[in-house]
Amino acid sequence: MSAPIIKIDAISKSFGTFKVLDGLSMQVMPREKLALIGPSGSGKTTILRILMTLERIDSGHIQIDGEQLYHMERNGQLLPADERHLARMRQKIGMVFQLFNLFPHKSVIDNVTLAPILTKGMPRAAAEKRAMELLDMVGMADKAKAMPAQLSGGQKQRVAIARALALQPRIMLFDEVTSALDPELVEEVLNVLWRLCSETDMTMLLVTHEMGFAHDFADRVLFFDRGKIVEEGKPDEIFRNPKQERTQAFLKKIIAAGHRV
Amino acid sequence: MTQWSGYFGLILQGALVTIELTLMGSVLALIMAFLAGLGRLSRFFAIRALATTYIEFFRGTSIFVQLFWAYFVLPFVGISLTPLQAGVLALGLNVGAYAAEVVRGAIQSIGREQYEACTAVNLGRWQAMRHVILPQALLVMLPTFGNNAIELLKATAVVSLISLTDLTFQAQVVRSQTGNTLVPFTTILVIYFGLALIISWGVRSLERRMARGLDGVRV
Repeated sequence: MSAPIIKIDAISKSFGTFKVLDGLSMQVMPREKLALIGPSGSGKTTILRILMTLERIDSGHIQIDGEQLYHMERNGQLLPADERHLARMRQKIGMVFQLFNLFPHKSVIDNVTLAPILTKGMPRAAAEKRAMELLDMVGMADKAKAMPAQLSGGQKQRVAIARALALQPRIMLFDEVTSALDPELVEEVLNVLWRLCSETDMTMLLVTHEMGFAHDFADRVLFFDRGKIVEEGKPDEIFRNPKQERTQAFLKKIIAAGHRV
Repeated sequence: MTQWSGYFGLILQGALVTIELTLMGSVLALIMAFLAGLGRLSRFFAIRALATTYIEFFRGTSIFVQLFWAYFVLPFVGISLTPLQAGVLALGLNVGAYAAEVVRGAIQSIGREQYEACTAVNLGRWQAMRHVILPQALLVMLPTFGNNAIELLKATAVVSLISLTDLTFQAQVVRSQTGNTLVPFTTILVIYFGLALIISWGVRSLERRMARGLDGVRV
């Protein structure tokens, strides 16, 4: 049994007086595919944002790959991480957003090559070759020269996935990546996630309302409510036979809203 | 008739001085705008304070006084400027203060999600600013920069007061030598207007070129 790649230890986070995460602890093993589900405001997206260092924690500790994320060890003491430490830790993590967040002034291929060229010092030719491979994998190679505004939502999201992959992260965070898409575009994005799931050994954390996909995709499902993990287990256990009342109520509501399980 | 053509020559020379002042003043204003505009967004209090002081001071005092100060007072502390240098300095610093607020506002108008995307692909603060935020903010700045440049063009007229032979100065010369008011002042009115038109046309076409491919659609 190897060591966990993500180790979250008693983290709390408040926005004003609203406590989003309340002493949360969890672990993720390397290569594990995790689905995070739960009502909005339950803290699942906040966890991804904290792992990507887009939000800071109020208390607790996080280890990525055996190293502290928000702290640095100096002479046996834990100090708050500086920007350099954070930048080094971010290399291990990639994120895809609900609203794509592509760079609108850059072409598809430039969106993908920008960070490898700037942060890894990759020569442009090598970065472009790698970008074309990734765009090919997400089915967007023929749009390499297009501008983001010319693409559909599903196409943008596939480019955003390629952009995150270009930095070769070990952990990928997907934050409701199909929620902003028209129904007929959801599948093309989910298909890409499928390929990543089966063809790479990245650790993947997926916040989603697509329960059917979560069921097939995940090794483990975590149900969040009010900043805590209420229930976790294999997809079959959570979706077919939830034990907690709150999980049952949530799944019922989701099914009533027309999501397939 | 030959007499008039000589006077038009004078006014054309004045137009060249005005154009020169406008170009050099705009370059200085642009530099100051970015320095002070970025300075106001700095993490460091001292830099923010310095930028704010500059902006408030140059917006809050008259450009006449600034010009006279640059030309007549600076020599007392050992800095003697030519009329052109004093003019460029006063115009550039004055308009730069206004444009600095344009730079700050434009940068702040770029959505948080763009900064977050930069963090997610691990760009440093300056890399994000240089490659993602500023290129988008520039498009927001451009129309107001056009306004600022036209303001600067029109403000160049004050340098005639420190004996720089710009358009307005030459018009005065022509008026005093011919006794005619209508012709010289109408002529420079038209020339100022023409120059302003060139600026707005230039800025508009630049805007169009930069906006290509950006449809303001969510990306």
